[in-house]
Amino acid sequence: MTESLTTQSLLLDRITHRYGSSLAVDNVTLDITGGELVALLGPSGCGKTTLLRIIAGFINQGEGSVIIGGKAIDHLPPHQRTIGIVFQNYALFPHMTVADNVAYGLAARGTDRATQSARVGEMLDLVKLSAMADRYPRQLSGGQQQRVALARALAVRPSILLLDEPFAALDKNLRLDMQIEIKRIQRMAGTTTIIVTHDQEEALSMADRVAVLSHGRLEQFAAATEVYDKPQSYFVNTFVGASNVLTGKLTDVRGTEGTVSLPGGGQWQGQLVGALNPGAMVRICIRPEHLAFSVDADALPGKIEIGLPLGATIVHEVRLNGGASLKVAGPRAMGALALPPGSDIAVKPAISGAVRIYPDI
Amino acid sequence: MRSAPVTTYDLKLALPLAGFFALFFVAPLLILILVSFYTDTSLTQFGLVQYARFLLDPFSLSVLVSTLWLGVKVTLLCLLLGFPLAWTFVRSPRLAQGVLMLIIVLPLLTSVVVRTFAWIVILGRQGIVNNLLLSLGLADTPLRLLYTDGGVVVALAQVQMPLMVLPLITALSRIDPNLRDASSALGAGAWRSFIKVILPLTLPGIMAGCLLTFAAAITAFITQSLVGGGQMLFMPMYLYQQSSTLSNWPFAAAISIIFLVAVLGAVTLFNLLGRLSRGYAQG
Repeated sequence: MTESLTTQSLLLDRITHRYGSSLAVDNVTLDITGGELVALLGPSGCGKTTLLRIIAGFINQGEGSVIIGGKAIDHLPPHQRTIGIVFQNYALFPHMTVADNVAYGLAARGTDRATQSARVGEMLDLVKLSAMADRYPRQLSGGQQQRVALARALAVRPSILLLDEPFAALDKNLRLDMQIEIKRIQRMAGTTTIIVTHDQEEALSMADRVAVLSHGRLEQFAAATEVYDKPQSYFVNTFVGASNVLTGKLTDVRGTEGTVSLPGGGQWQGQLVGALNPGAMVRICIRPEHLAFSVDADALPGKIEIGLPLGATIVHEVRLNGGASLKVAGPRAMGALALPPGSDIAVKPAISGAVRIYPDI
Repeated sequence: MRSAPVTTYDLKLALPLAGFFALFFVAPLLILILVSFYTDTSLTQFGLVQYARFLLDPFSLSVLVSTLWLGVKVTLLCLLLGFPLAWTFVRSPRLAQGVLMLIIVLPLLTSVVVRTFAWIVILGRQGIVNNLLLSLGLADTPLRLLYTDGGVVVALAQVQMPLMVLPLITALSRIDPNLRDASSALGAGAWRSFIKVILPLTLPGIMAGCLLTFAAAITAFITQSLVGGGQMLFMPMYLYQQSSTLSNWPFAAAISIIFLVAVLGAVTLFNLLGRLSRGYAQG
């Protein structure tokens, strides 16, 4: 695009919001760089939508401040904030054509007709819908409607673009296309973008950084790979990606590393998350792909319950002799079959540092 | 799976209803038209005398015009008061909605006669309004509220209010609340959002409400006569006088037909306006 980029930073400064007595957002601080694509990830009721509505100005937060490009905008009503928002159901105006939908924000700002139609043409080119300008929303497919909603939101050159569960209503194949499409458009427009989602794959694949929320609290705010590789809380570890959870007793602490003795015998080394003392009961998490079958002495013995060849990978469900059950995932060689149920095996972490140790509740 | 076309259902099933309508609606209407073409009360000679008599008589025409004008005023008042009420209803919590709905439909649950007499009590010389004004010192002598045009409009508006509010509520509650948020996020203030988004999308409800209110207001014989009193004459009463009191059936029939055509004309005009404004909203 030929226009100058209007990339603005967004700072959520210690935002707290209550609905009656229940805490929806609890002291959340997010510092988002201009032009960044950030995902707010969490289960329903984690406060991510409330946070989105606070940024847009539909809700006035109890405490804290929303700062865009260095300026606090808390006192501004939604229509003075220049924030673009794409709703989950797109919320296109059903009585207006595609072109009129896209022009709506420009008209509301008093832009003259010639500039309006030029900008509408530009936006429809961007989302590749120029041929649909005179259609009504009901005549478009779900993916097309979403692109119109995106064009409408971007037409006014918003400082921040908010996307509320943007892919939830699309079928699986279209979803991937639209994810790539939105990422492309966001890169071209250079607009600071926030995606609210409960879908971790969506968050990990699209976002530069992911903010994981739970019960209104910010659990972790980091690059997608870091959230997956180095989760900073038990919640993040189990919510993002698959995890095996075992309980054990912390026997030794050396710096940030600890040794845990497991109920079925055996001792595993892992990364401590948070301050823990020897003797404490702990939960350890390890991802299925970080476990492997082994004949070493510190491997935990067990039996195969079931094996699932999933094309590129094989997942085995293992019942440890100690009673716990684990999933072990690994790449599948060509022609390889799953181990038969009942096979005696033993498992241990394949990679050092893959085991993470959290306080037991 | 395709549902069967309507025509494959046995049309004979509709015959009882069709017969009922033919017997009690179409046939009387045809008789009415026939009677209106007689020139004399003993129904012996055909001619267009009755129509000429009405259309060339300034008094008759003034009754027709004032009746239609009454309908317009009542409709506008209902729309003006009903829209905020419907708006409030849609935005209220569920519990308040139950109470509001009861209040809204209450006029439908009481007899028209009872409601109209209540207005006589309220508007009369010794009525509630006048007593209040006198005791507050806002008026020296009782005001004339009953038997006035304003009195009739207010009473009719109250009686017909549900007919306006219920379609409005239906239309308003069908609007996705995200549309208002989307509009305001795009930079539109509350008024702009209302004019550009809410109002056009409520138009079907407004149309339905206006048509119902208008039709009910111009034909409301009881309220018109009781609150309007003897000095104000509207079409239903005029008709009644000609047919029952003066037994001039041909003239009464002609009045009916002219009234019917006038109302159909008004409704058509209104529909046309609605379609035009919708076209504007969509263009």
